[in-house]
Amino acid sequence: MKIIVAGCGKVGMTLTRQLCAEGYDITVIDSDSNLLSSLVSRYDVMPVQGNCASLEVLQEAGVESADLLIAVTNLDEINLLCCLTAHQVNDRLHTIARIRNPEYSGQIYTLRDAFALSMTINPELQAAAEIERLLKYPGFLQRDSFVKDRAVIVELRVDEKSILKSTPLKNMSRVAGCKVLVCAVLRNGVAAIPDGEFVLKEGDRIFVTAPTDNLTNLLNSLGIITHRLRRVMICGGGRISYYLARSLLSSGIATTIVEKDYDRCLQMAQALPKANIVHGDASSQDLLESEGVRKQDALVALTGQDELNMVVSLYGSKLGIPQIITKLAHMENPQILSDLPLGSIVNPKILSSNTIVSYVLALSNKTGTAVSVHTIADGQVEATEFRLDEHAKHCGKPLKDLRLKKNVLIVGIGHGGQLVIPGGDSMFQLDDSVVVVSAQKKRITQFNDIFED
Amino acid sequence: MNYKMIGRYISWILLVEAVFMVPALIISLACGEMHGVFAFLETIGMILVVAGILFLLCRGARQIFYAREGFLCVGLGWIVLSIMGCLPFVLSGEIPHFVDALFETVSGFTTTGASILTAVEPLSKGILYWRSFTHWLGGMGVLVFLLALASTETRGDGFALHILRAESPGPSVDKMTPHIRDSAMILYFLYIFLTVLDIAFLLIGKMPVFDAVCTAFGTAGTGGFGVRNDSIAGYSPYIQNVCTVFMLLFGVNFNCYYLLLLRRFRSVVKNEELRLYFGVVLVSILLIAWDVRGLYATLEETFRHSAFQVASIMTTTGFATTDFDLWPSFSKSILLCLMVIGACAGSTGGGLKCGRVLLLMKSLVRSIRKALRPNKVQVIRSDGRTIDEQVLTNTNAYLAAYVIIIVLSMIIISKDGLSVATNFSAVLACFNNIGPGLEVVGPTCNYSMYSVISKLVLIFDMLAGRLEIFPMLALFTRAGWKNT
Repeated sequence: MKIIVAGCGKVGMTLTRQLCAEGYDITVIDSDSNLLSSLVSRYDVMPVQGNCASLEVLQEAGVESADLLIAVTNLDEINLLCCLTAHQVNDRLHTIARIRNPEYSGQIYTLRDAFALSMTINPELQAAAEIERLLKYPGFLQRDSFVKDRAVIVELRVDEKSILKSTPLKNMSRVAGCKVLVCAVLRNGVAAIPDGEFVLKEGDRIFVTAPTDNLTNLLNSLGIITHRLRRVMICGGGRISYYLARSLLSSGIATTIVEKDYDRCLQMAQALPKANIVHGDASSQDLLESEGVRKQDALVALTGQDELNMVVSLYGSKLGIPQIITKLAHMENPQILSDLPLGSIVNPKILSSNTIVSYVLALSNKTGTAVSVHTIADGQVEATEFRLDEHAKHCGKPLKDLRLKKNVLIVGIGHGGQLVIPGGDSMFQLDDSVVVVSAQKKRITQFNDIFED
Repeated sequence: MNYKMIGRYISWILLVEAVFMVPALIISLACGEMHGVFAFLETIGMILVVAGILFLLCRGARQIFYAREGFLCVGLGWIVLSIMGCLPFVLSGEIPHFVDALFETVSGFTTTGASILTAVEPLSKGILYWRSFTHWLGGMGVLVFLLALASTETRGDGFALHILRAESPGPSVDKMTPHIRDSAMILYFLYIFLTVLDIAFLLIGKMPVFDAVCTAFGTAGTGGFGVRNDSIAGYSPYIQNVCTVFMLLFGVNFNCYYLLLLRRFRSVVKNEELRLYFGVVLVSILLIAWDVRGLYATLEETFRHSAFQVASIMTTTGFATTDFDLWPSFSKSILLCLMVIGACAGSTGGGLKCGRVLLLMKSLVRSIRKALRPNKVQVIRSDGRTIDEQVLTNTNAYLAAYVIIIVLSMIIISKDGLSVATNFSAVLACFNNIGPGLEVVGPTCNYSMYSVISKLVLIFDMLAGRLEIFPMLALFTRAGWKNT
């Protein structure tokens, strides 16, 4: 499949890396030739220099024969024009545009037809939604959903008070009070796919698959207090803060936003009349104290500087705020941060790039290819969802009779609207959705690749 | 510094070489030349052992690869390739001296075509075939061949681009497709297609099959090793004309052929480098034909010889149909000029490359204008695109390195006491990968009278010329090897 990526900023770069690993033919357009030359010496892509909204440049990039155009420059208007122009030349083309201006987000459905868009993405909106999900289920460091949001993989830390400490995994469901499956364990920075005899230790980070309906049960039985979220403090008044505050306020949660730019504070105060907007620098601990940071149920660090976000979060965790969320935009190597108490880490560019990649996977859905792919455990483990067609092997056989490859595990089977956490007697059938985790070097792209034979 | 990955690539290069030696082995076997058979068998055995040891030593290499590794990999790879490639000559006893055999092999792989043999006809068929085949493999590059074969596992990494850049000739390397592997495959597909076409045309002219294949290899790589003592002179005028046309075709940037395949004729016709290339060829043919008009019986013969020699020198092939050393000085000077200009970037030919000459001329014009009107802001454009300042800086640096190496080489080989014209043309002919020079190293003579040290200098020149200087120089810099 031929894909054109217009704009190689943060999202474009992440997207190129992920799509490249899938082996697609990728052409990248950007006006900065230095950026392009550093990109092309790292990834196997074709660079085209120029303005991506110009027909000439698009034609040089081969828009006539392309299948998908992803416009992710930093200007919404350019992205729209780019998709519109490209679609005039090639009407089979699928187009994805990044539209991030809140003023446009309301009219997106009308825009969709007029600008011939197959999909729009808004990284900030997505990040806000992700943060809101994290706030609703405290205690989970990371949360990925599968099978139309019926299954989740959540990350938990086994600390000294946890009842999970010294528990063999085969007793896990009894201790947790509901049927769950530990699909990966991260111990001392190394990810492993455990079997039933595996015993958990303090300091392990575990990745648990559970049906979405059981999440509250799981939280209760693990003794993680699900106190009601009443007060949230957000540091930084960017777009993510706006989207997040808007939805928090609408569910009646008191929200404080600390922003150092006065004009931006005014804008926020106009747009969010119920919010408590504070003008000041979030790095000042006096200011945070005087705004009652100790009384908050959650602290969310969303300023434009990663360093500042980390400092704010470390301060918050020192004060013992129950939940902390940190935005890190330049997270090249998450492993160096895993020992810091930064709470949940959110990276907008990886979120939106994941969304686009799963759209691309669905678009190029050949027989048995993955529907969606999530990376968990610091990128060492991949969780992949497959939809089974007539080519899938071993349909209707109990799992205990199958021989899977090493470090591969079936962690969830979606069958007719129900999610089954599989045991030895479970089986999958035609048209089921199957979630597989693997910690192999080679990525699994075909369902039949998970079997030994 | 990722030495293991370099080792991995070199072991792959050796494996490719061993596989390509098998046809030569079969020819030796078919002709009943037992000394050749044993020489090839021993060489293949040694190559496999060395490649195996390297492969074992370099297990578990990281995939990460930067420009430095790319340069070192290409430089070292070509040296190892040449050392292993010269073993059949030594072991068969046909070129007993090691440095002589190395000179002949490097001359082959770098598509120079300079020989130390006084007569080629006594060589056995298998050895002759291998000698010509080195041209074909060296023409497009053995690492490009490896990239074309590269498994789909490594898809997605752009690291191999550093190798493509280091091995392909020209001021800047453009990918033709998003994937390096596909680009390399297209290059080799075009290369093989044109070679087969050349063989077919030569066979129509009733050339013996063995001669046709070897001559086509020499033409395709723009090398110049023939299978007869008198190069192409003994063949019919038809064959000579076929050679002229195909030499010129192999001197064209292969991207142009790809554009033709894509039916983008306008961009081919408008290509400035191509226009310069054919313009220089045409003007040179006319000037030389006018200059040598009295030497040949008919007008047809005059034009045939001048066209052949111009094509041969300009594309840096080095075949000859006549002894141009007997031509008047004016013609010889033009030929010396053509030696320096060379073929197009992205072709199999050597020299400074038409594309670079074009850039140098344009930046010279710009400097003059700048001196006259200091505040004028100017950019250099080629084919309607602005040329990056970095490319211009590199081109100027390239010219400086080019001149320095030529001067130093000339001074060293002058110690052997041959005339200045001989030494100058010998260095030019080796450095630009042409082959024959003037006077003592002229088209009817050879390089056997040079001392061992001079031969080693010329071997370095040939490699530096083929790999565009920087990969060879990188081998001799601390920055290239140091781990920090």
